[in-house]
Amino acid sequence: MNELAVNARVVRALGMRSIRQTFRRPQLMAPILIFPTLLLAIQTGGAGGAVHLEGFPPVQSFLQFMLAGAMMQSLMLAGNSGGIALAVDIEMGFTDRLFTAPIPRYTIVLGRLAGTAALGLFASVWFLAIGLIFGAEIHSGVPGVLIAMVLVTATAMAVGGIGAAIALRTGSASVVQGLFPLVLVLLFLSSAFFPNDLMIQPAKAIAEYNPLSLVVEGIRGPIIADVDLGELGAAVLAIAGIVALGLLLSARALRHRLRVG
Amino acid sequence: MPAIVVEGLERSFDEVLAVQGVDLEVAEGEIYGFLGPNGAGKTTTVRMLTTLLLPTGGRATVAGHDVVGQARAVRASIGVALQEAALDPLMTGRELIRLQATLQGLPSAAGRERADQLLERVDLEEAADRRVGTYSGGMQRRLDLAAALVHEPRVLFLDEPTTGLDPVSRKTIWEEVRALNEDGTTVFLTTQYLEEADQLADNVAIIDRGRIVAEGTPDALKTEIGNPHIQLQLAEGSIAKAEEVCARVGRLLPPVDGRTVLVEVPDGAADIPRVVRALDDAGIAVDSLELVRPTLDDVFVAKTGHHLEKEREDDEPEAVEA
Repeated sequence: MNELAVNARVVRALGMRSIRQTFRRPQLMAPILIFPTLLLAIQTGGAGGAVHLEGFPPVQSFLQFMLAGAMMQSLMLAGNSGGIALAVDIEMGFTDRLFTAPIPRYTIVLGRLAGTAALGLFASVWFLAIGLIFGAEIHSGVPGVLIAMVLVTATAMAVGGIGAAIALRTGSASVVQGLFPLVLVLLFLSSAFFPNDLMIQPAKAIAEYNPLSLVVEGIRGPIIADVDLGELGAAVLAIAGIVALGLLLSARALRHRLRVG
Repeated sequence: MPAIVVEGLERSFDEVLAVQGVDLEVAEGEIYGFLGPNGAGKTTTVRMLTTLLLPTGGRATVAGHDVVGQARAVRASIGVALQEAALDPLMTGRELIRLQATLQGLPSAAGRERADQLLERVDLEEAADRRVGTYSGGMQRRLDLAAALVHEPRVLFLDEPTTGLDPVSRKTIWEEVRALNEDGTTVFLTTQYLEEADQLADNVAIIDRGRIVAEGTPDALKTEIGNPHIQLQLAEGSIAKAEEVCARVGRLLPPVDGRTVLVEVPDGAADIPRVVRALDDAGIAVDSLELVRPTLDDVFVAKTGHHLEKEREDDEPEAVEA
């Protein structure tokens, strides 16, 4: 077996472990599915009339609009949970087992991210299914579903990279867990839960430059309208930027961990 | 070719020099005991030799590979069971060994077969599909050891493998270490238990405050420091007076507590009557008196001026099997 295939097996094995770990530890699973589902239900039930506001984009229903936000919340928390799980691994010494194996160290991070991506994929299927069950239409049909699934999966992996970098740098689950409120702040300062045009300053300006808004609009676009390649391209670029940042920070954090032990 | 060669190895953390110029050589196929109290630099040394930590000075090779420049080749040659068993409580024992097999590059079928063999070897077949979090401390250590053996490593690092275990579990680990060594595996064993080093190691290095203070076979080290000592427990009265009397017969060793006097005597058992008479003449009552042949703790005392066993007791909470 060539080295690439061996490394791919390692990434798959570590990714599978990461998924099992999430499903076996309810406190990691709850933020990924239960909280965003509850928030989706509360917001849809309580603020559904917002679709009639002037400046609200044309949508079939508030649920249709909110699906992208729920998926974003879920994937952000999946990335955060992945970081927490990695930090727990560091705290209990499990990463020492990985660091003493004859594998490239990037496979350790990629394995964790593969698991986070799989959870992102699962979340996208979950929320699209909820949307369809409760009457939301996916405007651009199957291509829209596929685009949403791919973007959510890729973003989960990208955000997971940032979580992994923080976990590797600090080695502390409580520090990564402490970022939970920041994740929500970043989301609320994007167009995840409310259209940018209806926001007031300074939130509006922040949301406009928040890369998460670009990702949200990329996911939401094919759900509420036809596929817009410009919107899609912007989302892909934003995800690529987050991936690059996550990989850079993770590589630096890995080197730091080796220096300090 | 030696299995491990260490030359002037150093590691500092900010201003603290945790390992200060360690030199040692471990022959292929031997059990090498690395003995020292908590904080002596044992684990830091092991972490450098297992490529988990970069040295800040000196060099080391393991299985002929440099631990800095050829770290991946080192990792392919070693098995590691660290001080805190590096286990995921949410995995089953079988999942962990299979994951380890994948990490070591074994094909799937070979990994499954090897996992079954190792779980049987460490007597964990029945618990193999239970989550590791439900295992006792002894079972976790055995699983950790099994995981370290997946790829039949040339050199096995065991960092305090029996700390916190009950005597039965400790003996089981010892038997497994001996069996591995008989199969030709070189074992680098750190421990703070004198008996463990005495029982298992072909050669011992004693490390204290980051420096090697003695090295050799356990017998040679004990012979080097020479004489046996008399250990006597006072029934009552001042230890200072008893020490004054005993000092006339032999050389006083540092006391271990407020009731025990240790005095090194040149002629062993023949000196007991002299000590008894001297104490009796001084009116000092004694609860018990025992002739103790040199141990590795005596070697430790001779080389460092303090007791290893006492430091361990002071530093550690009571060791209890989970």
